[in-house]
Amino acid sequence: MTRELTGASRREFLTAASASGLVISFAVASKAEAQAGGLSRINAYVQVAPDGWVTITNKNPEIGQGIKTMLPMLIAEELDIPWEKVRIDQADSDPAVYGRQFAGGSMATPLHWEDHRRVGAVARAMLIQAAAQAWNCPAGECTTTAGVVLHKASNRKATYASLATQCAGITPPDPKTLPLKDPRDYKIIGQAKVQYDTPKIVTGQPLFGIDVVRPGMLFAAYEKAPVFGARVASADLAAAQKVKGVRKAFVVEGDPKAVQPQPGQIGGGLLPGVAVVADTWWAAKKGRDQLRTSWQEHPTSAQSSAAFAAKARELSTAKPQRTPRNDGDVDAALKSAAKTVEAAYAYPFISHATLEPQNCTAEWKDGKLEIWAPTQNPEPGRQLCAKTLGIKPEDITIHMTRCGGGFGRRLANDYMVEAAWIAREAGAPVKLLWTREDDMRHDIYRPGGFHYFRGGLDAAGNLVAFHDHFVSFGEGTGFAPSAGMGPTEYPARFVPNFRIDVSTMPLGVPTGPLRAPGSNALAFVFQSFIDEMAHAAGADPLAFQLKLLGDKPTVGEAPALYGAGRMAGVLKAVGEMSGWANRSKLPKGEGMGVACYYSHLGYFAEVCHVAVAADGAVKVKKVWVAADVGRQIINPHGAMNQVQGSVLDGLSEALHQKITIENGAAVEGNFDSYPLMRINEAPPVEVKWVITDNNPTGLGEPALPPAIPALTNAIFAATGKRIRSLPIDPAMLKT
Amino acid sequence: MAYKLNVNGKVHQADVDPDTPLLWTLRDTLGILGPKYGCGIAQCGACTVHVDGQPIRSCVTPVSAVTGRITTIEGVGASAVGKKVQAAWTELDVAQCGYCQPGQIMSATALLTSNPKPTDADIDAAMSGNICRCATYTRIRAAIKRASGQKEA
Repeated sequence: MTRELTGASRREFLTAASASGLVISFAVASKAEAQAGGLSRINAYVQVAPDGWVTITNKNPEIGQGIKTMLPMLIAEELDIPWEKVRIDQADSDPAVYGRQFAGGSMATPLHWEDHRRVGAVARAMLIQAAAQAWNCPAGECTTTAGVVLHKASNRKATYASLATQCAGITPPDPKTLPLKDPRDYKIIGQAKVQYDTPKIVTGQPLFGIDVVRPGMLFAAYEKAPVFGARVASADLAAAQKVKGVRKAFVVEGDPKAVQPQPGQIGGGLLPGVAVVADTWWAAKKGRDQLRTSWQEHPTSAQSSAAFAAKARELSTAKPQRTPRNDGDVDAALKSAAKTVEAAYAYPFISHATLEPQNCTAEWKDGKLEIWAPTQNPEPGRQLCAKTLGIKPEDITIHMTRCGGGFGRRLANDYMVEAAWIAREAGAPVKLLWTREDDMRHDIYRPGGFHYFRGGLDAAGNLVAFHDHFVSFGEGTGFAPSAGMGPTEYPARFVPNFRIDVSTMPLGVPTGPLRAPGSNALAFVFQSFIDEMAHAAGADPLAFQLKLLGDKPTVGEAPALYGAGRMAGVLKAVGEMSGWANRSKLPKGEGMGVACYYSHLGYFAEVCHVAVAADGAVKVKKVWVAADVGRQIINPHGAMNQVQGSVLDGLSEALHQKITIENGAAVEGNFDSYPLMRINEAPPVEVKWVITDNNPTGLGEPALPPAIPALTNAIFAATGKRIRSLPIDPAMLKT
Repeated sequence: MAYKLNVNGKVHQADVDPDTPLLWTLRDTLGILGPKYGCGIAQCGACTVHVDGQPIRSCVTPVSAVTGRITTIEGVGASAVGKKVQAAWTELDVAQCGYCQPGQIMSATALLTSNPKPTDADIDAAMSGNICRCATYTRIRAAIKRASGQKEA
């Protein structure tokens, strides 16, 4: 954890707007403060030790995306320090110093590619300045190499360690004025670096939220209603308290409306429930098992997946509630089309299922709250706790632990506010841990959805009409969280007659972002239906996709710019690497499918090779990925892991994952009923980086969406059967 | 009840109820935090430890049923095979979030101890009980091959 900065030094932080528009901070600490702990602090991110080690602070939460290694690589590169001399420190939540700290949207690379290199460049310039002052020479005559400042003319050199103490009095230069390295001179960026925490991971050292231990800490279990937001009717607190080791059991009134997020929040707040606090977590769980809690009636207790599907069918033929896009005349174009196709697609609610269940440790002391949380999004957690508990945000300290997976689940902070509340009631430090069943039945789910497509081809096989009646969830003119779709969803703007209609249903189930939100479902339906149109046209699906993209390099303008040329580039690349042209030689029961998708600023095309057995069992034999995320892969080790993992994650969703809503509650509760892909199902994933002259962008998400339609399109190629509903049902593939 | 547990070569005393799973005895009573909780029903393998060299799911094993010597991720590097597995996991940087990896390493070490040159099918059979939610399976397979001195792909 970062050494606490004192109030005085914090006041002395200067902030400077970076090229990306974010605020970055440069400490101008007083000499005494800059020297605290034997380390010389040069700015908020860089400290130099007398032995030459440099400690670089990682500002963002680490959820397995490798950020704790990647962001410091950017700083170390421009600081010009050997990677082997770098230690990495995890920042606490402190937006005054670090700006927004979150793991989401694959945004860290685009947001920090520039400013983090400038953080390193500023520190390097200050070390050079310190040397120039000592040597009484112009700073412009000094250079650096591997943590040493050189003045070639006088043959003098000094280590960063020897100069760092002199930086306290130096005003940092304007970061925008500093030149950055020519990429040809990179020594760290572009090199495969092992995650900084790997040695601790492989030896089982405590890193995660669940591993936090505080002196005098108690353990808590928290039971909430199966129907989201229902209030406690009764609970046998006395029975729970009789269990050995249980210290306290109590009802938490909570807020039944906290199922839905408040403005500025993702996910809900403090829901009603019953807390059991004990000497060990097992005792807390055993106490909880004695509660026999009953719950009050709740208005959403009749909702179910089956009823949603029936209602969606009904809405699909009714007048839509709204029409966010209407280009040309779809109905007329369909009437005059040479060929038309209609298809209904659906996808289920799914759960994040982070392998580390939600948990948080909270401690109250003198009216102040200290939190250790595996969170992707600490600042909204601070606001949520402050509001719910009626305390000042500045009286809350949040330490960010490593997260055992995130996938968007930990953008919500419901577990954080629960821990804070329970710890205050318990009067002791408390570690709250959800059971797997709590976690799966109290997620912010990827919402299900329904798409009713019509498409039309002209006599030349061009896609000339495209209609989607999207039936989703929401009330009024809004969508439920992560249940929406924008008016530029591809192939909008590429088909002359294109209409999106929308109808929504009310929903009592909490929803929220899951890895590649929106895209993880929309890629499946749109890329599958485009594949259907390609087959209807009698065309090679990859060639059909290229034709649809057209000849223009870009369509539209930022933030809705679509790089059609970049997409064509990855499609061509994946065709070559997969041997797409030779797919007709595959044996019976095997096939290849192609799909492409743009999300999170990345262009991805993927080919899947599948074998379908007579009993309908699907075996994915291989996936090829062509990826365009710009001109530089920062850490090839981590980047490859993200892409391979994302692809397998997508396949896992397609093959297995479904949360069923019955009686207003989630049915599946653990990995026996909600299976995830295992090693025996995991195919090899071959990845090619298609390098283009664009700024680098992130890799946490964009490889996932096209994996799903690449698979379902491959199943069609192998069997002639079209998967229009997820997860894939092998029974329908039996021959 | 007081139980004597030999964990990583050291004898500990734990005063817990007989039905307490070994996982929670290790984590909350003895402070051995490497084994992880993922499911509580022996479905994910994050809690895998060895008892007399055999991999078991500590989340469903009552402490009263444990009689042998326990090895956890903290101690597995004491064996030559465990050390090789940890080295391969590091060199290939298998982990993403890392939460499942203690269990993966324990299962892989048990596999290589009994079967020094596993085939892909052997790896599938031995490792299918361990879920990696980040799906690092490509590297898990490669790391097992590397630790066993076999070609990785």
